[in-house]
Amino acid sequence: MPATTTKSAFLAGVRDGLPFIVMVVPFAMLFGVVAIEAGLTLAQTMGFTILVIAGASQFAALQLMVENAAIGFILLAALAVNLRMAMYSAALAPHLGGAPMWQRLLVGYLNFDQSYMASVARYDDTPDMPLSDKVAFFLGVAAAITPFWCSFTLVGALIGAAIPESYQIEFIMPIAFLSMVAPMIKSLAHVAAAFVSAVVALLLVWMPSGSGLLVAAVCAMGTGVMVETWMEGRRA
Amino acid sequence: MSYSATEIWLIIGILAVGTFAIRFSFLGLIGNKPIPPLMERMLRFTPVAVLPGMVAPLVLSGGAIPDPVRLIAALTAVAVAYRKRNVVWGMFAGIAVFYAGLFATGAL
Repeated sequence: MPATTTKSAFLAGVRDGLPFIVMVVPFAMLFGVVAIEAGLTLAQTMGFTILVIAGASQFAALQLMVENAAIGFILLAALAVNLRMAMYSAALAPHLGGAPMWQRLLVGYLNFDQSYMASVARYDDTPDMPLSDKVAFFLGVAAAITPFWCSFTLVGALIGAAIPESYQIEFIMPIAFLSMVAPMIKSLAHVAAAFVSAVVALLLVWMPSGSGLLVAAVCAMGTGVMVETWMEGRRA
Repeated sequence: MSYSATEIWLIIGILAVGTFAIRFSFLGLIGNKPIPPLMERMLRFTPVAVLPGMVAPLVLSGGAIPDPVRLIAALTAVAVAYRKRNVVWGMFAGIAVFYAGLFATGAL
């Protein structure tokens, strides 16, 4: 494969990744602010952002840590938030599964919402894209976003230390969660799942160290799947 | 927060490894095994199943009557994020309303 097309595929990926920066910058900054506010050190905050790079689950883990949940429940809840990425992995596999192992490892590390969405959209538009270009495009999208994600977490963490108590920064976390969930509501099944999750969690707040949330999540997942199956049955 | 530094790094480390395993999963398998339909469906619902359960007690159970400023800010975030189909718009709107409310009620 000529290096020039690979390079232009990488640059095309960077171009498609750039618009996401508008969204990534405030989100990353916010994580930095709330992580410091919650009591993490600067190193721990950056460790989270660089090693985990998954915003929603980082916020989820942080919230449960503020509530002093048991470590096992923190891990389960945060990883559950990330389970959707197994779906991204499955969607990317037919396109990138033939790439060398080191490239697939790199794609795995950088397989987040935006890199997945932009890449799958491009692969669908250009079905005859060679494998090396597909990999280069994916890495281009990730290369546009990841530096902003990491550096603006740092900015947020440095600012966060200076914000006084009266600003009630901790409430920004629920606002962020709600803003993450609302755009995911795409059908009645999603409404039902979100509703069951909220109601069951409220009923089980008395359960110790985050365990009520897991029961709520399992009930909600079951509800979502059932309602969706039922709706498909009606349409058929 | 009452975890030792070791425990916090343990949480970060396991989340990093676990998240990577999830992201790499199908890319790592030889051949292109399709994901079973029921499993795909369940995976699709995981964020919607976890996040509302996490946020509902934060907004609603802080005392018998939820704080009106918090409630209005939360509703604004949902409405704007839903209409705009965008996380950041919802966050900005919710935060703006929250601080406007705190300021108006003299809390700030």
